[in-house]
Amino acid sequence: MNYKHNIDSEISISYIVTNKKLTTIAALGVIIGIAIFVFMNSMMKGFDRTSTDSLFKTVSHIRLFKDDETSIPLVKNETNDTENIIINPKIVPDNNVLINPEALIKLLQSQDNVTVVSPQTNVNVFYNNGKSQISGLASGVDIVEADRMFNIKSYVVEGNANDLKHVQNGILLGVGIADKMNVRTGDNISITSSKNVLKIMKVVGLFRTNNSVVDKSKSFINSSFAQQLLQKNSSYITEINVNIKDYDNALIYAEQFSKLTGYKAEDWKTANETLMAAANMRKIIITVISFSILLVAGFGIYNILNMTVSQKINDIAILKAMGFRGGDVIRIFVQQALIIGFFGIVLGLTLATILVNVLSHVYVGGDIGFFPIAFEPMQYLRGFIFGFIITFLAGYIPARKAANVDPVSIFRK
Amino acid sequence: MTNRQIVLQTKNVGKYFYDPEKFRVLNNISIEAYKGEFLTLVGKSGSGKSTLLYLLSTMDRDYDGEIWIDDKKVTGLTQNALAEIRNEKIGFVFQFHYLLPEFSCLKNVMIPALRLGQYSRQEIEERAYKKLEILGLQDQALKPASKLSGGQQQRVAIARALINDPKIIMGDEPTGNLDSKNTQIVFDIFKQLTSEFGQTIIAVTHDNDFAKASDRTIVMQDGEILDATL
Repeated sequence: MNYKHNIDSEISISYIVTNKKLTTIAALGVIIGIAIFVFMNSMMKGFDRTSTDSLFKTVSHIRLFKDDETSIPLVKNETNDTENIIINPKIVPDNNVLINPEALIKLLQSQDNVTVVSPQTNVNVFYNNGKSQISGLASGVDIVEADRMFNIKSYVVEGNANDLKHVQNGILLGVGIADKMNVRTGDNISITSSKNVLKIMKVVGLFRTNNSVVDKSKSFINSSFAQQLLQKNSSYITEINVNIKDYDNALIYAEQFSKLTGYKAEDWKTANETLMAAANMRKIIITVISFSILLVAGFGIYNILNMTVSQKINDIAILKAMGFRGGDVIRIFVQQALIIGFFGIVLGLTLATILVNVLSHVYVGGDIGFFPIAFEPMQYLRGFIFGFIITFLAGYIPARKAANVDPVSIFRK
Repeated sequence: MTNRQIVLQTKNVGKYFYDPEKFRVLNNISIEAYKGEFLTLVGKSGSGKSTLLYLLSTMDRDYDGEIWIDDKKVTGLTQNALAEIRNEKIGFVFQFHYLLPEFSCLKNVMIPALRLGQYSRQEIEERAYKKLEILGLQDQALKPASKLSGGQQQRVAIARALINDPKIIMGDEPTGNLDSKNTQIVFDIFKQLTSEFGQTIIAVTHDNDFAKASDRTIVMQDGEILDATL
């Protein structure tokens, strides 16, 4: 008959219990390391979410449009007896209209994972009120679809976005324009297009995106009016905005839509490269810092374990003499590290929860309000996993040293 | 003394030390130890007696020749296989007790048996109590090992060496740190173990009286056996 007594764990637990002070210090290191790791990463996630949320107020996940075509710059001759033809590269003059937009919209709507499809006709306009004149961009949209896509209602500060549906010549103005033009909801404003068409519009509401460039130039109008401003028919659509379920996969879908429709489909990340670069930089900084802190915590455990191994070198020698294998010795010390690590991680995650909770009640002002931080299960999981990996390594290295102790050299001292 | 059972045997065992320079510390050692024998190894320091004992203990694997324990060749076995053999067949007593100070005496005695896993925890505890009783320490069983006197600690260490009923008990100066009274106690225990339980004792010692009183003494000098009296 064979029994399996867990003598290895008994020894490692006794090392922990009899060395409370050292154990506490090691655990404290892990607690702080894990807490800061999870806290910082949650902070970054919250921040990223707010900035993408505010970006998606004006940008769709994927934008489908007709790209400018450039003439072929250089025609090489196959044979050497004639000169190369050099052409000054120019944009081939053509309009940017999407052909048969209804079919395109239907096609896009039928794709998997597509949530909203909103056709748009953008018109460069001048807003006029008396003498004052501002240039800007009027987006001709179907307000219901556009609201589903950009959540327009959430940043309408005056009036009602839905009125655009009923008021044919309605316009939803950015607050910046309204301030400069001195108009309020219910007032009239005239706009002029590049085709020199002048329309009197009725302001149905004002919106504030907190992006001052947008607030000072953008407005939403009905698409039929946009087409009139451009003197085009009702199938004149310059771009189709598409939202998908998971915006992180926008690039893949953009490529797919490009192939599907033959038009250029640009994902939001490509369209906002500077913003993405900044976000990536932020991500790298936070990752480096938070991992360094975790690593320092790992060194704490490593140090303490190393000390224990030196202190217990006699124990290790006698255990080996009594028939404990190298693997048993490794188990004793790795288990010690993992137990310390486990308590450190659990308490560290608790501390992270407290920190997140405190910060989420800190008011930062602006349109952000309270600090955008939330409990991120993924970050907790990451903290848990990396915490264990680091404590394992921090325990394994001294444990291997212990396993390689030659008992004879200890007994013969 | 015919038909005695050999429990340990060396065949032409030799060993080099390499530090500070290559040096033959043991040369051509061929000895046998029998069941129930109290064998002592004596010699001046540097004679190689401790070195030989650690070769026999299987902890030192760097030698030439062969060592057989309990009819099994142990030379060339892996570390883990040797650990199993030590766990099951060999008990150790050193000059220093090497008890784990965090544990009670009882627990210290139980550790090798818990590693072996031949009995249930309860059985092991009972056996450990019995071993402590043999050594007259049943009253100290639950005290932490660090709270005992030197003589008592050494006796706990002997109890620990006995817990798995090993075939061989090896001692490196087992009485080296003890006063004459405790030395006598340890000696009597060793005698009892060989005669009553048929265990073999191989002990390195400086103590001539201790050696004289044993069954057989092997005298070593300069890495060779000088005299093996019976």
